[in-house]
Amino acid sequence: MAVAPFALLPLLGGSLRRHRLRLAFTIASILIAFLLFGLLAAVRNALTAGVEVAGQDRLITTNKVSIIQGMPRAYFTRIGSLAAVRRSASLNWFGGIYQDPHVQLVVFAVSDAYFDIYRDLQLGPAGLATWRADRTGAIVGDGIAKRYGWKVGDTVPMKSNIYRRKDGAGAWPVKITAIYHSENQDPNTVFLHYAYYNETVTFGVDSVGWVISQLKDPTTVETTSRAVDAMFANSRTETKTSTEKAVAQSFANQIGNIGAILTFVVSAVFFAMLLVTANTMAQSVRERTPELAVLKTLGFTDNAVLTLVLAESLLVTLVGGVLGLGTATLATAALGASLKSFLPFFQIPPLAYLQAALYVLALGVAAGVVPAVAAMRLQIVTALRTS
Amino acid sequence: MDGPLVEVRGLTKEYRRGDEVVPVLAGLDLSIARGDYVALMGPSGSGKSTLLNLLGGLDQPTAGEIRIDGVSIGELGSNELAAWRARSVGFIFQMYNLLPVLTAEQNVELPLLLTSLSKPERLARARAALALVGLSDRARHRPRELSGGQEQRVGIARAIVTDPLLLLCDEPTGDLDRKAGDAVLDLFDALNREAGKTIVMVTHDPRAAARARRILHLEKGVLAREEG
Ligand SMILES: Nc1ncnc2c1ncn2[C@@H]1O[C@H](COP(=O)(O)OP(=O)(O)OP(=O)(O)O)[C@@H](O)[C@H]1O
Ligand SMILES: [Mg+2]
Repeated sequence: MAVAPFALLPLLGGSLRRHRLRLAFTIASILIAFLLFGLLAAVRNALTAGVEVAGQDRLITTNKVSIIQGMPRAYFTRIGSLAAVRRSASLNWFGGIYQDPHVQLVVFAVSDAYFDIYRDLQLGPAGLATWRADRTGAIVGDGIAKRYGWKVGDTVPMKSNIYRRKDGAGAWPVKITAIYHSENQDPNTVFLHYAYYNETVTFGVDSVGWVISQLKDPTTVETTSRAVDAMFANSRTETKTSTEKAVAQSFANQIGNIGAILTFVVSAVFFAMLLVTANTMAQSVRERTPELAVLKTLGFTDNAVLTLVLAESLLVTLVGGVLGLGTATLATAALGASLKSFLPFFQIPPLAYLQAALYVLALGVAAGVVPAVAAMRLQIVTALRTS
Repeated sequence: MDGPLVEVRGLTKEYRRGDEVVPVLAGLDLSIARGDYVALMGPSGSGKSTLLNLLGGLDQPTAGEIRIDGVSIGELGSNELAAWRARSVGFIFQMYNLLPVLTAEQNVELPLLLTSLSKPERLARARAALALVGLSDRARHRPRELSGGQEQRVGIARAIVTDPLLLLCDEPTGDLDRKAGDAVLDLFDALNREAGKTIVMVTHDPRAAARARRILHLEKGVLAREEG
């Protein structure tokens, strides 16, 4: 006669209920482990999201020594004239400030072709033309537009924490000419005209920070990136060119080192949690030796008793895991709202939930297997005699 | 089926402790008819509990055969034996051995979890068994909220709820005062005389033994003499 697993349900947690405090501590430790796991997964997701969307057919050229110094503007023209390059665009970091001087906005001055390269920034039909026609025009993300209540047609004063205006005015009046939407790009960026920036700033005139080049043929990334750097070799300003993906990746790798440390910490927490849970289960089985013997006397099979103990262990890790990951989900939602401008993808990816489910399962089994086997092997007569 | 319910032939049980062999039962023969009520007496350490455990399939003999209702239980595998126990035997222990976290009703329902009965059917049976032992009003109590005598009656309800052929009781009144013990013995009387249950009861108490139809004395590993 096989015992239907649900027949054991009324017995589940019997021992666990008996030591509520011990159970609470055990579940709390599991909760913390899964909370950490969830938060780490969200941080990872936020930091590596750029790699996924980075293009394979785009090259990024910067000053070899430092991206802050920039390169002569002529470089942009010369790179663009290479046969392998379909089109290129320049970017300059503006150091944007709006209203609150403590909040650094992501503002770039870009050349016109930028939006031909990044077509996944959806601008609406007339958006691009309107921007091109207006020297002070800006294209802004729907995220930041919503945050500051900007509408198309508004003119807003944009300041910089790097540049001064030649004419001494404190701010750049910027007219919102289009609002972009994107599924995978940061929704909080502001784009200004390079020309507007270049003719008003007091220093750094006629230099560019980055040159983005879209290639005609993605298979030429290696040769073209070498050709670009060769062009400026032994000049006063040498360049470094790599694929956009490689740049995103190397950024992610730097973060990855932090990620490795976090992973180590979380692994250590998980291991400690495994010990705590295993200890709880072992103690609970030891305390219940006579009871398990009684169950066997009544006709519960060895396998049924094994299942019972394993199920209890799984129940504990499941409750802790659900509470921990639930807390992490709520926490990332709450934190995500305030971190949106820095980490737009600060959320737990679906894969992490799947991973967590596997961890719950693995930890439940790992913590329960030794006491479960001990319970299965328990000899009725010996167990009853020692009670 | 005809013939005795319990037939034991040449039952031998030895415990081994290192090189030392402790003989407990030495070629014991025993036959118990259906509907019998047997008291098993003998000095402490004579092997009464050992014999009872062997009859219930809780332990394996060193040699010999035990047939119960025609089934040679030594030939059953461990899962078959567990299933057989669930169906055929009810155990009643000196220390009651109820599960402390479950209510009286849940304790009685426990053996029914191994049957195909639905939840309402199980509850109805558990309540009927509790009513039989006079504890309907204690169904929701946990063991620690019951007196020893009440706990033992819950233990009896649990043992009879599956309607087994054979009740095996190891000093069921050993931990009870006279009044509570008598209530338990009255129940055994009723179960034997009215429900036709076959009962084997280990006891040190001659008064308790006197309620049985037969009294067996275990000495030096065999049944020494018989009264009744
Ligand atoms: N697991 C074991 N290992 C070694 N010896 C055992 C074991 N179990 C029982 N014995 C021995 O077997 C003998 C019979 O034990 P048993 O418990 O059957 O006696 P009993 O007649 O029930 O005694 P009591 O009246 O005190 O309950 C005792 O000498 C005991 O020490
Ligand atoms: Mg005994």
